[in-house]
Amino acid sequence: MAKFTLRKQYRPYVSPFDPCPSIRVKTYVTPPNLYVGFQPEKLPQFNAKQALFAGTLWKVFYDPYYGSEEKEKGGGQ
Amino acid sequence: MWVYEKKLQYPVKVSKCNPMLAKFLIEQYGGADGELAAALRYLNQRYTIPDKVVGLLTDIGTEEFAHLEMIATMIYKLTKDATPEQLKEAGIGEHYVNHDRALFYTDAAGNPFTATYIQAKGDPIADLYEDIAAEEKARATYQWIIDQSDDPDINDSLKFLREREIIHSQRFREAVEILKEDRDRKKIF
Ligand SMILES: [Fe+2]
Repeated sequence: MAKFTLRKQYRPYVSPFDPCPSIRVKTYVTPPNLYVGFQPEKLPQFNAKQALFAGTLWKVFYDPYYGSEEKEKGGGQ
Repeated sequence: MWVYEKKLQYPVKVSKCNPMLAKFLIEQYGGADGELAAALRYLNQRYTIPDKVVGLLTDIGTEEFAHLEMIATMIYKLTKDATPEQLKEAGIGEHYVNHDRALFYTDAAGNPFTATYIQAKGDPIADLYEDIAAEEKARATYQWIIDQSDDPDINDSLKFLREREIIHSQRFREAVEILKEDRDRKKIF
């Protein structure tokens, strides 16, 4: 089974007459809130300082987004 | 009433003089899915929603004003020292002739803020589903701004704001579960 990821892909129709170089794989985000339902008790937490930087206390909801430029420099998923 | 703490929810640092970013960021200031729309939407819906979820709308609506303040700080820092020529090159000459460097509630295309961006239907499920959609749209807007931005410090703050939208969406989804009342008693975290 493929490894679970919060970034999904699909292959749109590509025409031989596309005026710009075709983007063959498109991606979209499925954030963690789609999968958790009502938050269960006793989920793992960040410590206070990590939580401030992450924007959440709960590890399960942490899902940083990297821009196109950052990805080119090797950041992100 | 509110208690004001004179600091930002998360630090805002701007490392590059790039006024064009201000043009993009203003989408989250006075745009349809921006922080002002979010704050006004939630704080207004509170009056006609079951007691169990009023506190959630107060908390999140209040936090949206803290986000608005962060966006305002970014826009202010990016434009306060820019020359009229730089502002024109950045595509905000139109803003300058109307407002100088003052902030104003518009979207990235210059459309002024309007209450038609938000809704209060009085139906708790309809309102909460709108709120969930609003959070996902705000999350997506942050993604597209991060894609357009070359400023690592601004991106750091934008990532924080985007993560908060994920949490808000989660909490609104839980509010729907509470109103459905079809599960065993649950604790709220
Ligand atoms: Fe939000």
